[in-house]
Amino acid sequence: MSNYFFEILRAGINTTFQDRGRFHMQHFGVTPGGCMDLDSFSIANALVGNSLNEGVLEFAYQGPLLKLIKGRTKIAMTGNVLFQIIKSNEEKLMGECNRTYILEEGDQIDILATKQSAYGYMALEGGFDVKPFCKSVSILSRAQIGPNEGKKIKINDKINIRTNSQNKKNFSTKVINNNQNLIRVLKGPQFDYFSKESQKDFFSKEYKISNLTDRMGMRLEGTIMKNVVSANIRSEGITKGAIQVPADGQPIILLTDYPTIGGYPKIANVTSVDYNLLIQKTPGAKIFFKLIELREAEQLYKEHLKSILEIIKNIKEIN
Amino acid sequence: MIKKLNNIGDCGIVCDFGEEVNREINTSVIKLFHHVKQEVLKGNLKGILNYTPSYNKLIINFNLEEINSSKIIDFLTSVDFSKLHLSQNSKKWTIPVCYDFEMDLENMSKTLKINKDEIINIHLNTDFFIYMVGFIPGHPFMGDLDSKLFLNRLKTPRVKIPAGSVGVVEKFCNIYPYESPGGWNIIGRTPTRLFNKENESSPCLLSPGDSVKFKSISKKEFEKLANE
Repeated sequence: MSNYFFEILRAGINTTFQDRGRFHMQHFGVTPGGCMDLDSFSIANALVGNSLNEGVLEFAYQGPLLKLIKGRTKIAMTGNVLFQIIKSNEEKLMGECNRTYILEEGDQIDILATKQSAYGYMALEGGFDVKPFCKSVSILSRAQIGPNEGKKIKINDKINIRTNSQNKKNFSTKVINNNQNLIRVLKGPQFDYFSKESQKDFFSKEYKISNLTDRMGMRLEGTIMKNVVSANIRSEGITKGAIQVPADGQPIILLTDYPTIGGYPKIANVTSVDYNLLIQKTPGAKIFFKLIELREAEQLYKEHLKSILEIIKNIKEIN
Repeated sequence: MIKKLNNIGDCGIVCDFGEEVNREINTSVIKLFHHVKQEVLKGNLKGILNYTPSYNKLIINFNLEEINSSKIIDFLTSVDFSKLHLSQNSKKWTIPVCYDFEMDLENMSKTLKINKDEIINIHLNTDFFIYMVGFIPGHPFMGDLDSKLFLNRLKTPRVKIPAGSVGVVEKFCNIYPYESPGGWNIIGRTPTRLFNKENESSPCLLSPGDSVKFKSISKKEFEKLANE
């Protein structure tokens, strides 16, 4: 353990360490987890010069208030986040996302809120000094797996950081937030379980994201899907973004911390290209689904990855 | 044999072995699961993130940056099932169970019209096969129980079931690895830890395709094993 650390003065609503996730364990009942928004996660790490799989702090809605008790570090905030830096002399500085800041000993970083979005990320140069479990530092709070005993970050926790930064340069890049409300999906394996009318409704009526939304799933409110075959299927393995419909006819989208197996029919599956866009929507937001074909989804994702690499390539030094 | 191969989302493939659920079909699923896992470990199949067997399906999750559906389907269609074996990768376990911790034997006995000891006997003499592990870490779905013991889930699931509880529903038997809510009929409790975070190289005791036989222990033995 290093001697450099932050202290948590306010925990925030759902603050956890996350990386890309924990794989090759779903057959043991361990869901991959990982960052909800992998794009923001990658950009945060790139800004501070880390490997793109270094663990970061993920927070939702209201973030934590951290005080750098010992050491010096460089941080980057990504997503769409309202935050301020409180210098040790009480001077306050409003923060900007997608750029780095150097924090000196005694400085505080107050992550006030995510703006019109759900998740934000804070990466720091050299990374957090936390212990991985099965090659990942992602916290799976439901199963209490991962660093910090698998628990969400709470007040008075001390978070160790690996390096005492000597770096004096800051960097930034430009990210355009996408606010579209059209979510492209592929047909699910039980698409034919639903009536023709419901199939039509699913791709034309709006759905509202309900309050019952977390890292595991997103419950939707809207037109009831009529199942004409069976409301239960034999339990089977789950994929991220599966849209399942239980007996009440209201779709639930399974998100990053999904249960490893499930037994409800799946009408559709969110495409990888639109997954990050979806999980950044907040309760009350309205979305529409559009059906596309597999080849198109693959092509769109390739283009999307290119655009993220472009953002990373455009990281430039600032004064 | 695989009946259908379909994509599930743009980074998942479902290998469907048909609607029936029995040991033979599940054995084929598990054979393919072991094969995919081995190929991934050997580095012959890049970009695979997870392989999840269930009763009659194997779901393969992958990283779309490294591989795509059609390449995985090519791989799967070239698998020669006659050359896949189960035995070398599967383990046989004996799991101690203390029936004194039952919660439902009385009611089961009434519903099934079989006395408690006979229910315990049937359970002890069953060679269980692990169809799948999942929902929560380390949680096994095992079968098959004698049809004499077939029961539905509890009408009202319990809010809290102690860790290690052994339950039955229909032809299946489970073990709750953590304290959790649940609707299975509880017939006993095991001191064996199914998911151990301290053992990072192999945190999960049971694997799909393994077999399990229960061994009856006293409360005293339970306490002793639980404290080890």
